[in-house]
Amino acid sequence: MAPRSISRRELLKTTGGLLVGFNLFEPFLGLLAQGTPGSGTPLSNAGGLSADQLDSWIAIAQDGTVSVFTSKVDLGTGIGTALGQIVAEELDVPISKINMEIGDTTKSVDQGRTSASRTLERAGPQMRQAAAAARQELLKRASASLGAPVSQLTVMDGVVSVAGNSALVAEASAKAAKNISYATLVGGQRFDTKVAASGEQWDLKIAPEIKPKDPKDYKIVGTSVPRFDLPEKLTGAFTYAQEVRVPGMLHGRVVRPPVVNSRPIAVDEASVSSIPGVRVVQKGSFVGVVAETEWAAIRAARALKVTWSAPPTQFPAGPDAMYDYLQNTRSFSERVGAETGNVTGALAQAAKRFEATYRWPFQMHGMIGPSCAVADVQGDKATVWSGSQAPFITRNGVARLLGIREENVHFIYREGSGCFGRLEPDDAPEDAALMSQAVGRPVRVQWMREDEHGWEPKGPPQFITIRSGVDGQGNVTAWDYVERTLPWTDARLSPMLASRQTGIKPDENGFAIGGGDGIPYTFANRKAMAATIPWMMNPNPLRTGNLRAPYGQGRCFATESQMDEMAAAASSDPVEFRLRYLGDNKRAADVLRAAANKAGWQPRASRGSGGNGNIATGRGVAISGLAGTVVAQVADVEVDKSTGKVTVKKVTVAHDCGIIVNPDGLSNQIEGNVIQSVSRALMEEVDFNSAGVRNLNWNSYPIIRFREVPDVDVVLINQREMQPMGGGEASSIATAAAIANAVFDAVRVRLRQAPFTPERVLRGLRAGTV
Amino acid sequence: MARVSLRVNGQSRVVDTDPTTPLLYVLRNDLSLQGPKFGCGLGQCGACTVIMDGNAVRSCTLPVTSAQNRAITTLEGLGTVARPHPLQRAFIAEQAAQCGMCMNGMILTAKVLLDRNPNPSAGQIKDALNGNLCRCASHLRVVRAVQRAARERGA
Repeated sequence: MAPRSISRRELLKTTGGLLVGFNLFEPFLGLLAQGTPGSGTPLSNAGGLSADQLDSWIAIAQDGTVSVFTSKVDLGTGIGTALGQIVAEELDVPISKINMEIGDTTKSVDQGRTSASRTLERAGPQMRQAAAAARQELLKRASASLGAPVSQLTVMDGVVSVAGNSALVAEASAKAAKNISYATLVGGQRFDTKVAASGEQWDLKIAPEIKPKDPKDYKIVGTSVPRFDLPEKLTGAFTYAQEVRVPGMLHGRVVRPPVVNSRPIAVDEASVSSIPGVRVVQKGSFVGVVAETEWAAIRAARALKVTWSAPPTQFPAGPDAMYDYLQNTRSFSERVGAETGNVTGALAQAAKRFEATYRWPFQMHGMIGPSCAVADVQGDKATVWSGSQAPFITRNGVARLLGIREENVHFIYREGSGCFGRLEPDDAPEDAALMSQAVGRPVRVQWMREDEHGWEPKGPPQFITIRSGVDGQGNVTAWDYVERTLPWTDARLSPMLASRQTGIKPDENGFAIGGGDGIPYTFANRKAMAATIPWMMNPNPLRTGNLRAPYGQGRCFATESQMDEMAAAASSDPVEFRLRYLGDNKRAADVLRAAANKAGWQPRASRGSGGNGNIATGRGVAISGLAGTVVAQVADVEVDKSTGKVTVKKVTVAHDCGIIVNPDGLSNQIEGNVIQSVSRALMEEVDFNSAGVRNLNWNSYPIIRFREVPDVDVVLINQREMQPMGGGEASSIATAAAIANAVFDAVRVRLRQAPFTPERVLRGLRAGTV
Repeated sequence: MARVSLRVNGQSRVVDTDPTTPLLYVLRNDLSLQGPKFGCGLGQCGACTVIMDGNAVRSCTLPVTSAQNRAITTLEGLGTVARPHPLQRAFIAEQAAQCGMCMNGMILTAKVLLDRNPNPSAGQIKDALNGNLCRCASHLRVVRAVQRAARERGA
């Protein structure tokens, strides 16, 4: 069943007002937030419904439909279906009775943003316990109605029956009611029941005292329930954010400066006077146009003559200069994320030392559908529709931009394009709100392709140096990891483009990186450090953003390449070599073995001699962890020695994210992660000059196409006794590293810089390394 | 402004529009069809695909006047949630989508392929769809869905 938009009033047919508990946002609490992207640091941005009311989470209609209210949004990952399964399971109702109500700030509790693969891990238990509390309350009422103790009641398909004691059954039968449905018990009414609630957002705990169902008894969780949303999406019936239309709506487009950080000096409105119905909106350095039709808005945005100031700042001259900038610029933070033993001493004593530098470029999220939002600002009230990953953060940003109260902004989620972190800072709602406020009509803003490529926040580049050492037997004795990269941003604290353009100041330096290397291995002497380099936090086309498993791919490329190099130097099999250092990490060792087995891995050292003629073949392995999820990947590649072209033939993935809620949905995520990561590894790099981004469309920023897609073979490891953990990002991390190691196995070229373009591989073939 | 006559999903429609408007915006804004998507406006990604006189075309770069008196089919013209086209049914069966933003182009391009070649190989399917971009990377499922549709149509 697809999400329908029904008011709570309609759902409940209640006459009472809504219980709404608002906390005013306390701006810029703890400016230099501790932690890493997705740490869930509880900054005060609470809002929405009160978490301690059962009615805030679940409503049962007269026809037995169970509406589930959540501010965790489905970004095309199927999380709406998975959360629905969890609720259906706990309540013992058929999955067909579930109606997900997603991301409306007037209908849901603030459960925090949807990011960092933490939805099933954090919101899963929240929804499960809310459902368990509802079940408990329903059984209590059924007990009174049926005249049998709760311990004698069972539930099937939303109907409570008396079971066990036959005398009780007989007694109940005598009263002509041996069973009663949820709908009869509460259908169309509020529960008006309190539930225990503590913490907020990701750390919100709901009814922790209630024992949920034993996973042994699961019938719905763990099955491949078809996605609720796909029938509508595949027939054109689904209403995305891009399809929201409201009466009286105008179409808007933003006019961005051509170069970084320049400001409009003069705006020549006469330049668009020939296009009917166009109005120019200017506030601070924000410039936009609105028009009655979308095509008129597009034409006007192109035609509008704006004189921009000379840019006060410039980027490094291009990607190569960017790595120099990372290497040579004084950091504002150096954090040690791991330190054991004496790395300096161990390196000095090592029988053989390895030192290498790895480069990972700026990359794009590359949403297929660019940013889009509709805003209707009327006086001191606003309604906003978009695909934001963070309804309450977007609500707050819009309120601050407009200068109105946060609770006067009603945010309604409508799914946008698959976004991979891009819509955690969702800019379009503020563009639309600013223009709607200016013109007094609802405004829909659709970013054009060049807006999205040019101005989306980018996954930041990394410059990573690893020094490691081995003893006489080739065992790792020292590991010293230093990452130099740009700050991460946090949509809770970093203003969107329109806010920045109208004078709301960002934190000067952005946020420091935590300093982990992400490895699952145990080494006696190990240090991992991250230096965060200052970066322009003003509106700019190379602002940083969280891109799927932020920093993870570059880190894993570096660490797993280094491991592979040490294994090859010791003539060890790469799988066996890694297993030596996974002693206590059974789940990591298990996924490594599982991937190797499924891939038909034959133990041997990497050799660089496979294949025939110009086509060399190789296999490589890499493992990764993210927020409790462990993944191993084996890549099979071909390298054309005459052209340097790398073709990934197959990736075998073993994946353990705790208990699996929906196996096919998880597999869908894994296939997508891996294929997208092949694309990022082989061909994706943002090109820029001192003025801005140069690749402004799909021809200049190519992504993987059908002919280049490898087979993906997935092994799912289900840990039924564990909590669910994330599947949305973890399997994106190790793909590039596995490919790089497979290229080494094929041609003995050690890749040090992504993406692995034919030019770089050819250079390596000539020089021995890149 | 100009009056433009269109034949969309078997119905005659007349719109008053700037004649330079690309067909995509007319379909979405004047005719309230939301199958065709705006992806790039450059004809590069395929999200805006419609079928015109039996060919898959990119509606984001096609002036609406060029579509006059041609038979246009959008995703809505294939089937509905209640009565999906066999291709749509196959995509649902294979769960061949994540966000789904590109799937309009995938399904319509596959339809043109199957109309010409009812039993394509996996390689032929990949060739036919090579100009359609998918960022969630549901490619393998899309290929399986097209194969399933071909199989079930042949059965």
